Amino acid sequence: MSSTAYIAAAWVGTFVTIAAYAAWILRRGRRMSKLVDESDRRWM
Amino acid sequence: MTIQQPVEPVPPTSGGRVAASTSTSSRGTRILGFAVLAGLVALVIFGVFISPPDAELGETIRILYMHVPTVSAAYVAFVVTAIASGMYLWRRSEFWDLLGASSAELGVLFFALTIFNGMMWGKITWGVFWRWEPRLTTTTVLFLTYLGYLAVRQVPSNVRTRGTVSAVIGILAVVNIPITHKAVDWWRGLHQEKTIFGTVDPDMRGTQLFTAYLALVVFLGLFVWLLIHRFRLAWLTERAEDRGLDTAIAERRAEA
Amino acid sequence: MIRDAALVAGKDLRLEWRSRVGIGQVLPFAVLCVLLFAFALDPDRNILERATAGLFWMIVLFAAVLTVQRTFAVEGDDGVLDALRLSGLSPASIYLGKVAALIAQLVVLEVVLAVAMAVLYDTTFRGWLLVAGIAGLATLGIAGAGASYGVVGLRLGGAETLLPLLLLPLLAPVLIAATRGFDIAFGRAAGPGWPWAALLGIFAVVYLGLGAILFRPLMEDA
Repeated sequence: MSSTAYIAAAWVGTFVTIAAYAAWILRRGRRMSKLVDESDRRWM
Repeated sequence: MTIQQPVEPVPPTSGGRVAASTSTSSRGTRILGFAVLAGLVALVIFGVFISPPDAELGETIRILYMHVPTVSAAYVAFVVTAIASGMYLWRRSEFWDLLGASSAELGVLFFALTIFNGMMWGKITWGVFWRWEPRLTTTTVLFLTYLGYLAVRQVPSNVRTRGTVSAVIGILAVVNIPITHKAVDWWRGLHQEKTIFGTVDPDMRGTQLFTAYLALVVFLGLFVWLLIHRFRLAWLTERAEDRGLDTAIAERRAEA
Repeated sequence: MIRDAALVAGKDLRLEWRSRVGIGQVLPFAVLCVLLFAFALDPDRNILERATAGLFWMIVLFAAVLTVQRTFAVEGDDGVLDALRLSGLSPASIYLGKVAALIAQLVVLEVVLAVAMAVLYDTTFRGWLLVAGIAGLATLGIAGAGASYGVVGLRLGGAETLLPLLLLPLLAPVLIAATRGFDIAFGRAAGPGWPWAALLGIFAVVYLGLGAILFRPLMEDA
């Protein structure tokens, strides 16, 4: 593999991993939100 | 007469109130999220296309544009965990416990990305995916340390025990960071390898410097965004579990 | 407080002497490791003598994990930890007592291991002052961190597989420093050995101090 391929792998790998993780958080967040009362949503 | 209680927590009926929001987002996080997204786009443009290859590092500087911010974000994450751990042992509030855990999870993620980027950089520069150079070695040791932290949180135990134990481990682990750094640096520093940071040219040209700082700011913003959402997810999960427990208890009483 | 710690240490060591787990199981395990490494690394290739420092500390670390597990398993079995807590002994002195007991067992282990390696690997142990200093400080650090994580394992309900994952990455700098120090003491590496000893000393002080402070919250939430 040429260096371009490794550089591409670095960028793509990093961005895809972060995007997947963010998607997981947001999706689970939506599901949990549905289960919880408005009154319990004190953030801090 | 037995009262039928549903086993699953049901979505609350609003009864005339404003509809319950159904996600972990808020106005603040949306603004931050869009800013970060814009920043990431700008980073790709600058990092991949506009900024020139480095005199010493060549094209590999493009990997460093991500490698440095991910390790920085990881360190910020573990400092947050350490502070949250200390605060939890002092204040015993759920907020600090969940903040510490959320931050640690992000730290592990960013460490993994740091190692990955380091390996890609290494493959180009050294021809191999791995060398025992100080930064990479230290990062891996710390990565495993905090993996242990996450493992502890998976062990079934009551919330209080889990919180206390995690907080203690959080503090013990963060203290080891400078010690491990020193040990590995002294050890591997004897070998004059091309280190990832050693060759970053301090006289970086304008665009490169700008891209490096842009990357740092964007990734830190990304870290904050992820942390807020991850914390809220953890909070909601605890509340949902509480509800599940309450419902089960109410059911049991109703049957008596 | 020293007296309290000595009380706890004495109890642990008497228990250990009676049950002979350390002598009967951990020491043979250590000697077994010496053998196994010889099988793995082939005695004819001149590796064993060169690798002695590293192998020594690796075996100490593995045996330390077993010793820590054993020390705290005993507490859990009889609910002795709760009794200690209620007895009015300060958590710090209980911690130091545990540390002292661990140190005693580790020292015995290291001596036996050194003898085994001197014989089987044909190593000459030189530079005795540095060796003793390095070993002493490293043992303090291992015992200090081990006692803290031992209690963690206990509170989590005997998560045996967790202890190595928690303890060993933490002890990585100890392994590095102790091994380099030994290599210098043996004359196999150049350079000053005392910086490594200093690093081990810092590790020991930090983890003993933190361990003593953090033992209280760890014991309190039953």
